[in-house]
Amino acid sequence: MKKVVRGFYAVAYSVKLCRPSVICAYPITPQTEIVENLAQMYADGELENCEYITAESEFGAASILVGASAAGARVFTATCSQGLILMSEILFNAAGLRLPIVLVNTNRALSAPLSIWNDHQDFMVLRDAGIIQVHVENNQEVHDMIPQAYKIAEDKKVLLPFMICMDGFKLTHAYEPIDLLEQETVDSFLPPYKPEYYLTTKKPIAMGCYAPPPFYMEFRVAMQNAMLRAKEIMRKVFREWAEVSGRDWGEHLAVDYPNSRIMVVAMGSIVAPLRKVVKELRSEGLDVGLVKIRTYRPFPVEDVQKELGSSEKIIVLDRSVSFGYEGPLSIDLKAALFGRSVEFYSYIVGLGGRDTSKDFLASIIRNVAHNKEKPGWAFKGYKEFEEVIP
Amino acid sequence: MKLKIYFGASSPPLQSLNLKTGDWGTHFAVVDKEKCTGCKVCEQYCPEDCIEVKESGKEKYAVVNYYYCKGCGVCASVCNFGAIKMELKEFFR
Amino acid sequence: MKFIGSGHGACPGCGLMIAVKNVLKALEGKCFVANPTGCLEIVSSQYGRNAWGVPYIHSTFENAAAVAAGIDAALRALGRKDEGKAIVLAGDGATADIGIGCLSGAMDRNHDIIYICLDNEAYQNTGHQQSALTPPGEATKTTPVGKVLPGKVGKKKDMVAFALAHGCPYVATSSCAIPADIRRKVKKAASIEGFSYIQIHCTCVTGWGVDGSKSIEVARLAIETGLYPIVEFVDGKLVTVRKIKEKKPVIEYLKMQRRFSHLFEHPRGKEILDILQKMANENIAKYNL
Repeated sequence: MKKVVRGFYAVAYSVKLCRPSVICAYPITPQTEIVENLAQMYADGELENCEYITAESEFGAASILVGASAAGARVFTATCSQGLILMSEILFNAAGLRLPIVLVNTNRALSAPLSIWNDHQDFMVLRDAGIIQVHVENNQEVHDMIPQAYKIAEDKKVLLPFMICMDGFKLTHAYEPIDLLEQETVDSFLPPYKPEYYLTTKKPIAMGCYAPPPFYMEFRVAMQNAMLRAKEIMRKVFREWAEVSGRDWGEHLAVDYPNSRIMVVAMGSIVAPLRKVVKELRSEGLDVGLVKIRTYRPFPVEDVQKELGSSEKIIVLDRSVSFGYEGPLSIDLKAALFGRSVEFYSYIVGLGGRDTSKDFLASIIRNVAHNKEKPGWAFKGYKEFEEVIP
Repeated sequence: MKLKIYFGASSPPLQSLNLKTGDWGTHFAVVDKEKCTGCKVCEQYCPEDCIEVKESGKEKYAVVNYYYCKGCGVCASVCNFGAIKMELKEFFR
Repeated sequence: MKFIGSGHGACPGCGLMIAVKNVLKALEGKCFVANPTGCLEIVSSQYGRNAWGVPYIHSTFENAAAVAAGIDAALRALGRKDEGKAIVLAGDGATADIGIGCLSGAMDRNHDIIYICLDNEAYQNTGHQQSALTPPGEATKTTPVGKVLPGKVGKKKDMVAFALAHGCPYVATSSCAIPADIRRKVKKAASIEGFSYIQIHCTCVTGWGVDGSKSIEVARLAIETGLYPIVEFVDGKLVTVRKIKEKKPVIEYLKMQRRFSHLFEHPRGKEILDILQKMANENIAKYNL
């Protein structure tokens, strides 16, 4: 059933269909209406056998979900930016505890300066946490991703937190016609959560034991193994979803015009205008293709090598900075393609909600195609400045 | 044989029962069966949970589990009948 | 049936372990323990040496109240409340300092949990640093005695008032010196729907500088001097007070412990001793001990 809804609702409605047992969050722009929608559903008695808790902070929200998930509940939260990094201590902990917590991050810039607008700096903080990270391009994709996230996170071979990253404002606040899922579709795809590893007085275990040097390392290796196993399980779930829903979002990557001479790589909502730009540039005669990174962690090294290994020029559009180095996505891609003879044109764009118009994106690609740029990295789309003390 | 590790650094219950702590202390608790009334006060206090009132026939008295007793002396200090003495271990004499 | 096993790593004479085993006994093991980082966690939950006979989770230092709230929410949502109650066994630093945000949130939302603060009056696990529940005059590693300063300058945070201000339906204090009182209060808390806060004074033999065999005597003196009033509130009303038969001067309590020994020599020692005696007198007057 297609309905014009905002991104918030596309998330909340899908969460409801997944029948979570505990939802806990703390409001933060631009996540608020996700949890407001869920709170309304709770107030209307639409969330069966579910507890909805407004925590005293994101830190508290994540902690409550650690307790709930450890006790065997399917759980959900949403946050972003300062909220995400406030949660970060607990999210790292949840990964080590192997709890399949699902959260939606409405990607937002980090302070200072304070900015409520969109970029990708916040989720990068959690990149190395042992949390699966998937990025979506539009609100239908996020709507579809939520049941898949539970299915992957709760898989016995995975059992790790799962974070869906959607761009704040650009997606959250956007009205789009969404093909809302049916309860039966989700029920047949996603079985009820039946944990084998949880807190119960019937079989009392201790969770979160501290591990001295003779033990610690094995648990971190086990986390990495689970992350690597997740690659294959995700592929399987993505394929299954394409069959169930009739919507094929691709696998870890989604590629337009494979094996082009120039490949543009990006993730998140910027992919949608890029797709149009690339199509237009091809009509100008440029041999350019597009790779959308869907799965950022576990990083799909093999897929990247397959799709990008033989291209001549790669344009990476990062929306965050690893200060003192360059864009994190570019760093990851370079590592994955180490030893290949490919030129990298890595650009950091759109920080803190800075506009990335189609014309802007097209000019970046044209300049690379017409050899007006040297390989390397740069910020694009900022004004020249001089710093002075007030 | 491969090392088995418990998922997510969890642990099954009461593994500590395998750990001997009875060799920690310099002293150990000795119960005078004649004076002990089996009132169980020591039981409530023992931080190691290693003193227990047992019945054998008509007798009822506290028995110390020396596998765990750290010799802290809490039981002796709370006994209302002076029935528990802390004795220096042979090794330290 | 043991709910916490012998073989744990606590110091000989540790007050925490006396409190914990009586708490678990009162609940007959029908509970889920959330335990923040601290002494109790370190001595009981090393991988491969788990001492717990009840379901147990350690997440981080500052979030045990929230973790317990989450367990309670899950049990409610999954229809498993009959399995037992979510409880917190936390130290004083995890309660009154670093974890006070999560504690306040959980109290405010009135989750059906029992929060037990095992108050040994400093960060003992890390080697005796001051917390908000360290009393004035105590020499800790971060409030050391110096030529100028006489140990901690400041006060012990009033967590009972904090809990009462949140409208917690059950608020009480107890001590490792009175295990029967611990058991009665925990049973009472278990029978009440909503948030219970119980603060239990627990001797730390190493931090306080007392011999293990004096563990109970020193904790008892804290009660008998009026420094640690044993009280109980239901729905904000004071319902019981442990009367002191023979009131003792605070110096009897203080002189037994290394942490206060400087007060009898330091130029500002008399000032602090007067403050501590005044605290005891005020408690005696306030609760008619």
